[in-house]
Amino acid sequence: MLFLIIKRILLGFITLFIVSLITFVGTEILPGDACTTYLERQAFGEQLEACYRRLGLNVPAYERYVSWAVNAIQGDFGYSLSGEMPIKEVLGPRIKNSLVLASAAIFIGIPIALILGIVTALWRDKLPDVAISTVTIFAMTIPEFISATLLILIIAIWLEWLPGIVIVPTDVSFLELLPNIILPVIAIAMIMTAHMARMVRSSVIQVMASEYVQMAILKGVPYWKMVFKHVLPNALLPAINVVALTIAWLLGGVVVTEVVFNYPGLGRLVIESISNRDLPTVQALAIILASIYVSINLLADLMTLMLNPRLKTLQIRK
Amino acid sequence: MSDIIQKVKNLSIGFKSKKGEEILILKNISTKIKKGETVGIVGESGSGKSTLALAMMGYVKHGLYTIGGECEFNSSNLLNMKSKDLEKIRGRKIAMIPQNAGQALTPNLKIGYQIDEALQLHSDLSEKEREKKISELLNKVRLPSPETIALRYPHELSGGQQQRVAVAMALAGTPDLLLLDEPTTGLDVTTQAHVLELLNFIAKDTGTSMVYVSHDLGAIAQVSDRIIVMYSGEIVLEGPSRDILKRPIHPYTHGLLKSIPKLSLAGLPESMPGSQPQPGIIQSGCSFFDRCNFSEDKCKNNSPQLEFLKELNTSVRCFNYEKLLKESQFNQNVNKIKNNSNDKEILNLSEVSISYAKQKLLDQIFNRISDDNPTVKDININIKKGETIALVGESGSGKSTILKSIAGLLRTKDGLIRFDENRNLSSDLKERNPNDLRIIQLIFQNPDESLNPNHTVEEIIAQPLKLYFGLKGEELNKNIIDLLQKVRLGEFYMSRYPRQLSGGEKQRVAVARAFAAKPDIILCDEVTSALDVSVQAAVLNLLQQLKEDFGTTYIFVSHDLAVVRAISDRVAVLYQGRLCEVGPSNDVYKFPSHPYTEVLLGAVLEPDPDIKPKLVAEDIVEEKPPEKGCSFQGRCSRIVGDICKKEIPPWQLTDSGNAIRCHIPIKELQKEQF
Ligand SMILES: Nc1ncnc2c1ncn2[C@@H]1O[C@H](COP(=O)(O)OP(=O)(O)OP(=O)(O)O)[C@@H](O)[C@H]1O
Ligand code: SF4
Ligand code: SF4
Ligand SMILES: [Mg+2]
Repeated sequence: MLFLIIKRILLGFITLFIVSLITFVGTEILPGDACTTYLERQAFGEQLEACYRRLGLNVPAYERYVSWAVNAIQGDFGYSLSGEMPIKEVLGPRIKNSLVLASAAIFIGIPIALILGIVTALWRDKLPDVAISTVTIFAMTIPEFISATLLILIIAIWLEWLPGIVIVPTDVSFLELLPNIILPVIAIAMIMTAHMARMVRSSVIQVMASEYVQMAILKGVPYWKMVFKHVLPNALLPAINVVALTIAWLLGGVVVTEVVFNYPGLGRLVIESISNRDLPTVQALAIILASIYVSINLLADLMTLMLNPRLKTLQIRK
Repeated sequence: MSDIIQKVKNLSIGFKSKKGEEILILKNISTKIKKGETVGIVGESGSGKSTLALAMMGYVKHGLYTIGGECEFNSSNLLNMKSKDLEKIRGRKIAMIPQNAGQALTPNLKIGYQIDEALQLHSDLSEKEREKKISELLNKVRLPSPETIALRYPHELSGGQQQRVAVAMALAGTPDLLLLDEPTTGLDVTTQAHVLELLNFIAKDTGTSMVYVSHDLGAIAQVSDRIIVMYSGEIVLEGPSRDILKRPIHPYTHGLLKSIPKLSLAGLPESMPGSQPQPGIIQSGCSFFDRCNFSEDKCKNNSPQLEFLKELNTSVRCFNYEKLLKESQFNQNVNKIKNNSNDKEILNLSEVSISYAKQKLLDQIFNRISDDNPTVKDININIKKGETIALVGESGSGKSTILKSIAGLLRTKDGLIRFDENRNLSSDLKERNPNDLRIIQLIFQNPDESLNPNHTVEEIIAQPLKLYFGLKGEELNKNIIDLLQKVRLGEFYMSRYPRQLSGGEKQRVAVARAFAAKPDIILCDEVTSALDVSVQAAVLNLLQQLKEDFGTTYIFVSHDLAVVRAISDRVAVLYQGRLCEVGPSNDVYKFPSHPYTEVLLGAVLEPDPDIKPKLVAEDIVEEKPPEKGCSFQGRCSRIVGDICKKEIPPWQLTDSGNAIRCHIPIKELQKEQF
């Protein structure tokens, strides 16, 4: 077991290493470099030299990679081009904002998704299922930008209950941010909850049709005891990985929604830094998003491993 | 009336088709189960036997519904009872033992908990007492060290052990009626015989009534007092077990019994043509008309009623049962197979070992396999052109592993596989040339998995023809039709998809595909295991016919020793990946001399209440072959001491050409036959 965990962690680091290499090489191959982009017409002579020196672009590529990597591990990603401030400082509030948005969506979305999924499965083909399923399928199929725009139109513009777009400085306090995030959270939670509810539903239905559940019924186990003891633990196990992916996807920034609402999160930063050709920031973002994906998936795998007696003993035996 | 425990009255169950028609799965079934009696329900797959058994517990599967009739238990109808009341009966009064205990035990709950759950629900024992009771129950079903078993999860037990746990769980509520749905299908012969013996013991010991559902008349014969034969959702014959097996008076049962291969008869049984009508197909006359050998004109338009014959205590649904009644004795005919092998060697395995062990990094780098105790070891077999050689053994004995290596799907660790006396076949699939691939073809157990569901029959058979012979257009078409005719399928099957075929038809397509490559050797891996007996006989006859026509060599793997007896010229017995005995099947079956062969043959269930299985050795499952000595030492009842544990036994030859690997001298082995 321990061996397996260590192996998974090592694999995670290797993934990160490869991602960093790819982004580094990618930015190397692109024509021009950070300084030429930044200085545009003035990219010659003394100014260019100075810029190179400032960004450390005057040493060979592999040396730059090593020193960048060493600094990155310590959390220092160098300077962004546009703002000329440390990337660390640019990222900090953005990560916080994304985190707020994601956790709000998760705390609202996951319980609702679980309940909806279980209810629709247990009352399969009955009224609750038909009603909820129609809504979830509908919510799943409308693209985010449409639902987001509709929300703004109805709640912010017609009803004027909440601000439509987020016009706050990047580093506002949590309380000030709160009213601003309600609409984006609804927009995200809707699609995410719908997806997860469908997943949970099909998983529960599958387990309900299994022979061991039929056996439990024939053993005389009362309905709700059967649901909680025999059905849910087995049905929700595969859901862990899907939930993890969803969380990673949320943290990585829900680009479209953030752009529509003008929300200062990671997703919008990705768009901004790409359009500004702010290569150091893009690099930093790539590595951070990759770490989020790797670590959340790792966590999910470990959780599945802990909860699934099958995998647990298999590993011990080996 | 009090001796009747369950009464089924005019029960009909069905479902609504997509077009909204009502389709019947059970048609007006009536029967009674007496106290202390064991009733066997037999029928082909799809005849509705599981549906009937489940209805006896008041359970109707999702999608099905009761159209009419009752299942009465203690004078109350289970089919319209509230679920609160049903919960009190299920598990306590009527318990179920499922077909596949491996899937019927909840994976995330420990064995002990699952039995405890039944005890909590159906008894008022205290926690201490329940703990004791769990051990008692596990002991009763003869599981070793109950305390540790109770702490295990279902997947940590072998198939036979899981089945025993299911029995223990069912007994927890001390039910009056036990329903068993194919409780031993899918288990090894030896395990199956042991589980049946346990069930017989429990029936006697506790006086519980049992309803035993199975497609296997061999198993039914061993346990039941009375037999119900179902066909297409109807009862066609019901009566005392011995009469039905010895003198079947319904043409369907007659044909069914004739199509079962027997250990005592070498040769292929007669097959019953056709297949059971799909539910929903309305026929005006007798539902068995198409397949009946005794049919007359009146059967076509009139459906026979179930008629009770008082003097025989039997009910039968047939106009012509008297014809069968007059047949004084039921005789089974078999067609002796021709041994058309010649002395030319076609395939030779020498010193073949195969390992599944995960290889260390260093070995992977050097592309070598190191394992001191490989799954399959020292296989030496010389196969003659045109013969059928069978590999037999329990599950895990390495039968399929050897086939995979011959086909090149699995690398061998050591040894050589030589084709046609001079061509060494590489153990690496990528290094085999197209001709090497063509000469050996595989047919699998489950045609559902081996036929691509998105290809038509035409495309499936065309593939090898295009690949190996580059056929095109008119010629390709002609060849496909030819092959279909060879496996007795009409031209119109070309445009069908696998899902539009019955099990037997699918297997025929798989056979046609194998023969399309014009192979020299065909590897058959449990090719009839997924089929009903009547279909099985037809497929066996087909394989034999094709072999005689083409001179193909078969390597035939099966766990069913009677099937092997029917079709093979020679048998190789395997235990834990090591050969125990190789010889002409007549000899192996007539004088089983290796202790393991004795165990295997003793456990075979014959559809005859007078032939009881002989249980020689325990049915323990060994995880790994022993490091030293005889592979069978762990279970051998005739073990001669240390020498068996230390030294690999030598090959000994009998006069009739049997090779036996045992430390007991050959004379002595042959003396103690049963
Ligand atoms: N939920 C369902 N909806 C529609 N048809 C069904 C359903 N369940 C079973 N059937 C059909 O009912 C018929 C009888 O099924 P049943 O399971 O009782 O057969 P069986 O005799 O036990 O067969 P087997 O030997 O394969 O277990 C089959 O034709 C099957 O296809
Ligand atoms: S009624 Fe006729 S067709 Fe039906 S089983 Fe009897 S003889 Fe055969
Ligand atoms: S060698 Fe010994 S252990 Fe092996 S089968 Fe013979 S008697 Fe039994
Ligand atoms: Mg069944």
